[in-house]
Amino acid sequence: MSAVVERITPPVTAPVQRKAVHRKSHFTPARLGLYALLVSSAAFFLLPLYVMLITSVKPMEEIHLGRLFALPSSLTFEPWVQAWSAACTGLECRGIQVGFWNSVWIVVPSTIASIFFGALNGYALSFWRVRGAGWLFGVLMFGAFVPYQVMIYPLVRTLATVNLFGTLGGIVFIHTVFGMPVMTLLFRNYYAGVPIELFKAARIDGGGFWRIFFQLMLPMSLPIIAVAVIMQVTNIWNDFLLGLVFAGRDNLPMTVQLNNVINTTTGERLYNVNMAATVLTSLLPLAVYLISGRWFLRGITAGAVKG
Amino acid sequence: MASSQPARKKRAAAAQLALLPMAITVLGVYIGTVLWSVRISFSSSKIFPKNDFVGFSQYERLFATERWTVSLHNIAIFGVLFILACMVLGFFLAVFLDQHVRGENVLRTIFLYPYAMSFVATGLVWQWMLNPGLGIQAAVRNLGFPEFQFDWIVNQDKVIYTLVVAAVWQASGLVMAVLLAGLRGIDESLWNAARIDGVPRWRYYLSVVLPQLGPAFGTSFVLLAVGVVKVYDVVVAMTLGGPGNASEVPAKFIMDNLFTRANVGLASAASTVMLLTVLALLVPWWYARSVQSRKLVHS
Repeated sequence: MSAVVERITPPVTAPVQRKAVHRKSHFTPARLGLYALLVSSAAFFLLPLYVMLITSVKPMEEIHLGRLFALPSSLTFEPWVQAWSAACTGLECRGIQVGFWNSVWIVVPSTIASIFFGALNGYALSFWRVRGAGWLFGVLMFGAFVPYQVMIYPLVRTLATVNLFGTLGGIVFIHTVFGMPVMTLLFRNYYAGVPIELFKAARIDGGGFWRIFFQLMLPMSLPIIAVAVIMQVTNIWNDFLLGLVFAGRDNLPMTVQLNNVINTTTGERLYNVNMAATVLTSLLPLAVYLISGRWFLRGITAGAVKG
Repeated sequence: MASSQPARKKRAAAAQLALLPMAITVLGVYIGTVLWSVRISFSSSKIFPKNDFVGFSQYERLFATERWTVSLHNIAIFGVLFILACMVLGFFLAVFLDQHVRGENVLRTIFLYPYAMSFVATGLVWQWMLNPGLGIQAAVRNLGFPEFQFDWIVNQDKVIYTLVVAAVWQASGLVMAVLLAGLRGIDESLWNAARIDGVPRWRYYLSVVLPQLGPAFGTSFVLLAVGVVKVYDVVVAMTLGGPGNASEVPAKFIMDNLFTRANVGLASAASTVMLLTVLALLVPWWYARSVQSRKLVHS
């Protein structure tokens, strides 16, 4: 059984790496120019990261010299400690860690819920006949493109009437709902590659709707679940607008807190602390990106390529 | 056969039940809220929604509001420059990477990593680098060019371009990655054939490769265009719409009027305009795609 599933599981491979058969070993002037362009482009892309990192380990006196690109002459990790546990937003000075944990509490349930519903929808749409399902799916795909601003105010009013506005449950609901179009599309396309015979065989063996979903489809969806996790964790972590509006004061995600720390401070602006806080906020999505490699891109383009 | 009939029905009921959350989302959230917003845009709502009907007067007011017209002007400049620059930069990076270069994986990782960062972080980094007192301007002056001027972020006429730079830095790697995948799908024997015919490399890319990348460009365009309409975070983090209202954008105009200026009717009119713009972009794209897939079916 497992061999069958393995064989028919749609491949989740990245674009084929073309074999470099004709690699030239000698360097022509054109080739040197090519590398010069590539290296200077790489420098442009790396520059902000470099500036962020060196600013975060410079003492303020050195920053006031106005040498943005100079390496620090005296190294300090105090800004990192301060950013994590003492930076102020308004009157509260407990650091960016508050936002970090808030974001964790938002991301974990939102990712699980949005993937569960995406998989369930994709499965039901691919293998079962439900009246009006195609129509609903079409509108859902359209929904992926509706600007949030159009929906925000009615959603605020609705969530307020059921006492979910400004709560953790509220923001998880919002992320689940707004993640549904892309997640559904992702799983529907994946299940479209699963041969219908497999499903029919499971039916003949007496599998019901839920049993086939939990015991057959979900276990063979692991590759696409991985893509979905990468995508949702990055997206929800990086979200600013929805967290700002729906999460409420006690659950503000890290991005919102970061912006508050930097853009609403009064008095002397501690640029080194600010940059340390920015790096800390970007750490998780960057780690996800570096670890996941090519799978990262698959998630981003899934919505537009096949939609 | 007759005995399996009720069982089958039961299963269909389970499928219906499973799709209930999706149905509620579609009807309640995507259709319901949009209709509600459109309805509010025809009322005189200030802080709370009112049930009156004032025709198009919120729309008239909207287009008479300077902040809104500035926002539209800005998003047009931003959108055109951002998409163009991302496409051009992304295309060249992809073509360069496709020349069997050493370290391709490392370079690709470098070009795409900004896309993993949030718009807020992007905006804050660039705000710091463009800070006239301590950023790039100060650093270059300290290098011995005291006349060097680069204060775009505090300049009313130039600030919109700083947003473009930050956004291009963040998103052009995405275009690179999408186009590179497209380039890898082009048969390399085409180049060998062209080379034998004496076709120069640039001509090959212009006449053979570029047309074949059409779908990849389409994908990139849609991803970028959706991003343009949604531009909000990066503005809030980088300029807060300033100096003055020189870098206001529609999404921010709507948020401000909804939550701090208590102009719900006006904000809803603006969001309806935003929605219509998205539709105007999407419908031709969808139409083109459906025509294309119909052609594929027939051939």
